[in-house]
Amino acid sequence: MNEILNFLIENEILIYLLLFTILLGFEVISKVPSVLHTPLMSGANAISGIVILGAIILIRTTESDNYLTLIIAGIALFVGSINVFGGFFVTNRMLEMFNKKKKS
Amino acid sequence: MDKILFLISAFLLVWGLRLQSDPASASKGNKLAAVGMLIAIFSAVIMPLENSFSNLMWIVGPLSLSALLGYLIAKNIKMTSMPQMVSIFNGLGGLSAVLLSFAEVNKWISFPDSYQIIVVIVLILSLFIGSVAFTGSLLAFAKLDGYRWSEKLTLPFQHVVNIVFLSLIIGFSYYFITTPVISFLYIIIILSFLYGIFFVAPIGGADMPVVISLLNSFTGITAALTGIIFGNIVMLLGGILVGAAGTILTVLMCNAMNRSLLNVIIGGFSSSGSSKENKEQGQVNEISDSDFAVQLFYSNKVIIIPGYGLAVAQAQKLCKEIQEALEANDVEVKYAIHPVAGRMPGHMNVLLAEADVDYSKLIELDQANGEFKTTDVAVIIGANDVVNPDAIDDSSSPLYGMPILKVWESTATVVLKRSMSAGYAGVQNPLFFKKNNKMYFGDAKESLQRLSSELKNL
Repeated sequence: MNEILNFLIENEILIYLLLFTILLGFEVISKVPSVLHTPLMSGANAISGIVILGAIILIRTTESDNYLTLIIAGIALFVGSINVFGGFFVTNRMLEMFNKKKKS
Repeated sequence: MDKILFLISAFLLVWGLRLQSDPASASKGNKLAAVGMLIAIFSAVIMPLENSFSNLMWIVGPLSLSALLGYLIAKNIKMTSMPQMVSIFNGLGGLSAVLLSFAEVNKWISFPDSYQIIVVIVLILSLFIGSVAFTGSLLAFAKLDGYRWSEKLTLPFQHVVNIVFLSLIIGFSYYFITTPVISFLYIIIILSFLYGIFFVAPIGGADMPVVISLLNSFTGITAALTGIIFGNIVMLLGGILVGAAGTILTVLMCNAMNRSLLNVIIGGFSSSGSSKENKEQGQVNEISDSDFAVQLFYSNKVIIIPGYGLAVAQAQKLCKEIQEALEANDVEVKYAIHPVAGRMPGHMNVLLAEADVDYSKLIELDQANGEFKTTDVAVIIGANDVVNPDAIDDSSSPLYGMPILKVWESTATVVLKRSMSAGYAGVQNPLFFKKNNKMYFGDAKESLQRLSSELKNL
């Protein structure tokens, strides 16, 4: 228990940030017309691929001969960034279709 | 330098997401978010780290490969398969988080002093949620793609099994933290994978989008947890944003279907008595090809209500053909889009946009309900529950309270449907038996094909 309390105190700023970001997330999305739900879901999905930053950091802090970790992190980076790139590209494709319609 | 770049990317991610909630700026928002992500990746590559090694190839290799692959998938995927693709991408994100947490926990087993216990707890939590998101998304993909075996997977005592699994996972996690043996870790991962399957198994049909959105928010939460471990604020921020956005989207979708989230997770509509009461139903009237064509052709105003059946039959291009044929005869054609039409909210809009249907022809629920009174024919294509009058009239119906399209206010309605079978909610639709309603049976694509050729002969 003490340990958890200490952790919270040590990471005070992080916890504040966490709370405010949750509120921010709710606020940013709350008034979305249903037309945009599908693109938004896929766009948000792409952002969740941000987890690959962890993979990059892990790869950079692993000794060059620790192949097991490098391979695991490499796969993590690979599958995670398919999520990122694919997600952004496909969201773009969907939204462009809406735009095209509007101009014509 | 890297700190400033991270700050910029965090700002771009938030601002990009904000812009994506308005149709006019959505495309720009997505691009901004993408730029933010690229900046974040770049900063992670250049940021100074203690004990860093030059493993650049290990970073550039997977990144460029997956950029290419992601681009190709995104470019070639059919718009009707969008929900499947979102769920498979989401699963990959979850898997990525699982692998990362695994690698970190592995490090902790070798050097127990490298992390505080609480960090290990967070890691295992991230491992668990990521695993659920991974296998859950894969199963959701299978269900959406129509693999038969995936449809009904409910175990006996599903809830008991779920609780037992959850307790086992917590138990093993406790043992693992006190005695770090790697085999416990494997057990935790396997149990979490199974739990993800059990979580999604009983859910099906029109509820799938809700689940995908929920799993999406899970992936966001894991990303945030991993961000705490790596002490990276952008990861924390991005992850939480997605977690919160996913949660809100989930709730919005549930509201549009008049369901509670709990209800969706437990699975299926509870079949209430009203569907079996066999209220006085009367006769349904069928309409012939030529009558249907003539009726449409000499109307002033036609509203098309596209639904799940249209999306499944991929008949949206034919829809557009019919619209053009009618417009050539000065018939006003509009599309009424129910918030949960198609396979995901907004999915129908994307499908119709792909078929080159003018954006201004799509009207939303409230506007449509104001226009039915002046409509000659409402054509319901593959939709059922969203036009069920019971939602307003019958307080014992499971649909009661759901906002629906009041199509029966138009002079006539024609329902295109494969058979008389009930909709997803498992209730019969009194609309079919109304006097001014006609049925036009058949697969949406074939029916529209028939109608289209009849129209050309007129």
